[in-house]
Amino acid sequence: MGSARLLRYVVRRLLQAVPVVLGVVVLNFLLLQLAPGDAATVLAGEAGGAPLEYIQQLRQRFGLDQPVLVQLVHYVKNILTLDLGYSFRNASPVLPLILARLWPTLLLMGMALFISVAGGVVLGLLAAVWVRSWKDHVISVVAIIAYAMPLFWVGLMLILLFSVKLDWLPTSGMEDAAAFYEGWERVIDIARHLILPSITLSLFYIALYARLMRATMLDQRGLEYVTTARAKGLTEEQITLRHMLRNALLPVVTVAGVQVGSLLGGSVVVESVFAWPGLGQLAFQSLFARDLNLLLGIFFISSCLVVAVNILVDVIYLLLDPRIRVG
Amino acid sequence: MQGFWRRFLRNPRVALGLLWLAFIVALAVGAQIFAPVSPFAIVAKPFEPPLGDFLFGTDSLGRDLMSGLIHGARTSLLIAIIATLAAVAFGTLVGALAGFYGGFVDDALMRITEFFQTIPSFIFAIVLVAILAPSGTSLVIAIATVSWPPIARVVRGEVLTIKSREFVQAAIVAGQRDIAILLGQVLPNTLSPLIVIGSLLVANAILIESALSFLGLGAPNLMSWGFQIGAGRPFLRDAWWLVTVPGVAILLTVLSINLVGEGLNDALNPRLRDL
Repeated sequence: MGSARLLRYVVRRLLQAVPVVLGVVVLNFLLLQLAPGDAATVLAGEAGGAPLEYIQQLRQRFGLDQPVLVQLVHYVKNILTLDLGYSFRNASPVLPLILARLWPTLLLMGMALFISVAGGVVLGLLAAVWVRSWKDHVISVVAIIAYAMPLFWVGLMLILLFSVKLDWLPTSGMEDAAAFYEGWERVIDIARHLILPSITLSLFYIALYARLMRATMLDQRGLEYVTTARAKGLTEEQITLRHMLRNALLPVVTVAGVQVGSLLGGSVVVESVFAWPGLGQLAFQSLFARDLNLLLGIFFISSCLVVAVNILVDVIYLLLDPRIRVG
Repeated sequence: MQGFWRRFLRNPRVALGLLWLAFIVALAVGAQIFAPVSPFAIVAKPFEPPLGDFLFGTDSLGRDLMSGLIHGARTSLLIAIIATLAAVAFGTLVGALAGFYGGFVDDALMRITEFFQTIPSFIFAIVLVAILAPSGTSLVIAIATVSWPPIARVVRGEVLTIKSREFVQAAIVAGQRDIAILLGQVLPNTLSPLIVIGSLLVANAILIESALSFLGLGAPNLMSWGFQIGAGRPFLRDAWWLVTVPGVAILLTVLSINLVGEGLNDALNPRLRDL
């Protein structure tokens, strides 16, 4: 596909994303209206101990004496210029607070996405190859159980087993703050801290993708291209790995893209269990501080993140599957 | 119909799921009888291990864990079921209007549905509960608000196929009013997929409720499994049962609902069984 067409596609997707982002801003505004007290007290962080003059100043700035519609325009203008307000609790503007927490979350999500897709594809493939044998049943029973486990509980159980009882892995944090590791040692230290949170976050999705993968693989069995391959004299192994696997992967990639939003939600819980210093933990802390403005900022930025990842997945999909034509 | 019940009840997974659900529902309904003392009452020394005077021991304040589990079953089921009913009602309304009227109404409603599917729903639920102040009602509102989109999409799809069927066309020609056609002819035929998705949504609602309660956003005057896990978490090292037991209760309940929901799906769509 020509790069000009790809660029046109990306631009079109970005334009389609505009109403979604605007929608989130409006939703945030409506939520602010729902909160007890007026927006100024909420923005100042309620019990955050903001000085009275600041609240007065906020009231003026947001025009809270003006009609709701005018207030909405003010709010949208502020957010779209990335002015997310100030967090008194943290004595810092909201945006840099959030950006500083972005990369640990991206690291955790990326790792969880990789583990869940890889694990789900392998397990689903094996289950399909072993269909109706006891091994298939074991995989499906494990998947059904993993599907029903609350994330935060899985995390705590893994801590209990691997950190408390076996003492193999650290319980919390992203790195050993007291050790001052540098270079590769630091990478290895972060990797060791990453193991439990990313496994916790991916278990549910491994189960989801394994079941999806198994179903699609079984669907492919009867299709004509498989019969053709068999007639050509290919071995079952070649048919499964070279032909069916590639086709069965596409639905998994699609669903994985759709699940990014829920992965981000799951990371809030996982980060608060493992004290992983990402967006989720920031959300958890802002909950306790009743710092609603920071919480709304996190909601806004994470929605933007989901929209961006969805576009990215669609572009990857387009590059993977030549059958999809860009209109 | 007879074939349905036979297919449904003969499935061993369904039987196991129904058994556990019956047990939990009995506990939830008779919570006052099985655990007359308030689950927040201090009844013994803190950190009594399980299998002593109390089946599952006591927590960090000396509250009976078993009593909390029984009252927690009531909270979890009640909130999950009410939230799911609300989500099904709202989702059905949106889906039915979109599918039935098509055109601009359909476009607008489906854009809104997609919007709610795009935004990170759990974070949205957290924001909602935080702003409405934690309570049973807030939990129901938050869970229902993030759960309705799949219902709307399924109902819309069903309505679209049913709308073109002859009996609906006949009702239109006969001059029935839109609302009568929707309620009398179209919606009853969307019931079987609704039941399946609805049952799976209850499981999901329990998971969301427990996660919110774990984060400290649960209803403050209601005992719940997620709250118990959150309260036991600082003592994980020394009192493992405080975290383990309520988690197993959530796991088994969600698992049972999923098994029953899948059994319903298999029994209602026998052609799909081989998948």
